[in-house]
Amino acid sequence: MKQLIVLSGKGGTGKTSVTAAFAHLAAQSNFANQVVLADADVDAANLELVLQPRLLEQEDFKGGKVAVINQDTCSACGDCQAVCRFDAINHADGLYVIDPIACDGCAACVYQCPSESITMREQIAGKFYFSESHYGPLYHANLFPGQENSGKLVTLVKQRARLQALDQNRELVIVDGPPGIGCPVISAVSGASLALIVAEPTVAGVHDMHRILQTVKHFGVRAVVCINKADIYPAGADEIEAFCRKNGIETVGRIPFDLTVASAMVAGEAVTAFRPQAPSSVAISAIWEKVVPALLE
Amino acid sequence: MRIVVASGKGGTGKTTVATSLALTAGDSVRFMDCDVEAPNAALFLNPKLDTRKEVGIQLPVVDEALCTHCGKCAEVCEFHAIAVIGKKILVFPELCHGCGSCTLVCPEKAISERLDVMGVLESGMTPSGMDFAQGVMNVGEPMAVPIIRELKKWTPAHPFEIEIRDAPPGASCPVVETMRNADFILLVTEPTPFGLHDLKQVVGITHELGIPSGVIINRDGIGNNAVEAYCDEAGLPILLRIPMERRFAEAIASGRTLVDTALEYRAAFETLLQVITARVAK
Repeated sequence: MKQLIVLSGKGGTGKTSVTAAFAHLAAQSNFANQVVLADADVDAANLELVLQPRLLEQEDFKGGKVAVINQDTCSACGDCQAVCRFDAINHADGLYVIDPIACDGCAACVYQCPSESITMREQIAGKFYFSESHYGPLYHANLFPGQENSGKLVTLVKQRARLQALDQNRELVIVDGPPGIGCPVISAVSGASLALIVAEPTVAGVHDMHRILQTVKHFGVRAVVCINKADIYPAGADEIEAFCRKNGIETVGRIPFDLTVASAMVAGEAVTAFRPQAPSSVAISAIWEKVVPALLE
Repeated sequence: MRIVVASGKGGTGKTTVATSLALTAGDSVRFMDCDVEAPNAALFLNPKLDTRKEVGIQLPVVDEALCTHCGKCAEVCEFHAIAVIGKKILVFPELCHGCGSCTLVCPEKAISERLDVMGVLESGMTPSGMDFAQGVMNVGEPMAVPIIRELKKWTPAHPFEIEIRDAPPGASCPVVETMRNADFILLVTEPTPFGLHDLKQVVGITHELGIPSGVIINRDGIGNNAVEAYCDEAGLPILLRIPMERRFAEAIASGRTLVDTALEYRAAFETLLQVITARVAK
């Protein structure tokens, strides 16, 4: 079983549009009925918006815990506030109150409270979903706004997708990754066979592509690069290709700037299914043809 | 006044808006790039970064000579970042949140702390005389929040009236840390289903934090009008619209700011700042 993860560093470069198109293309190829999909961008989960899947199951995701002060026994000594390194304990009108949004869940205050007035309470931090899309089973999730532990939820989504693939002897897991290079990305990258980096030929896009390539390399995962909106700034696209050549990273194609992508999104379809002859669809299809052998290598 | 520019969805134009707003806001501005995983504002504002500080969290260091292997430290650690196995004690830096609980409970005072560097803070002046600061997370580090927290605490070189924070994308803890103690949140979105979905996520955070907000629709003209309908229904003011124009996309790609590309936007951003100031004063 192979795992393909789509990443970018910078947000909004087109990860989800490319992932959705790959899901569609895979279903038309030798990978028909061989794919499991996972949306690892749990705080901005958009893959379902283009795949329009049918929801089959959902579960609560228990995130971290938060501390709660029992005001009946609290002596208002302030020890909790003194030990909190997350500025999560407010003092107003003689009362100490924990801000659940700021609380890191470390429980340091619990052990320092002389009147044993603080307890930890488990929080429902999000929802975890299993759905059926036209192109295969989809595992996705929704981290509630402002919650922590997105890495843990990403790991859960990926684990379930992997188990499903093993269970049904499916050969490919396609993972839509989160932006950035931090904890959810690290969780998403782990165990991947190949990372497809969707780069953007802008000064910001190039800067962030360097950071995601370093991150992927740090975790020992091979990467290939495609360039989206390539004609917006050809000098940037040339710079990306030159950099990749110099560093032995394969570039697998350029996608032109094409408003069909936004129209497909509105229609709730993968762009390659929405308008197969659109310039972006043609380019993404060609990229898919190059990613498959790289994945099987 | 502290203004945060956030979006939910990545690539909607947070940095475009934040840099242009900062450039029109006068002399007394501090710019803070809180997108420590992908900091890009410096590419547009070109500050001379001459001050640097390493930041991270405090990791426990156990003095084996004093440790009695009682296991109290492991017992209180919510993150399983410290373990006692027989006569050995192990610290797992990648799990540690640096809360200091183990240090506090150790009956032998055998635990001290050292800084585990996760990134750097950098600051300097831009050519236009703006005070600029950014956090840059080291590659391979998982946690952005401690860097953002330190960045916000970092004392600026000069006093300032307006602080503009460029937020990371998404809607989880790094975004919350960026927004905490802000006076106003500018939500930049694009009029597409992705933009709308992710806008709703960040609006949820602004409600929880009780901070007033307003919306900027970027790439106006693409997609559909569902964002407008949502803003209407949710009572969110649309403060500015920036149309989808290829020349904007090209200029921003090359590292130019919106207000330097399209001079007419100076007035629009000046008005935007006045509107925000009035809303904050309310």
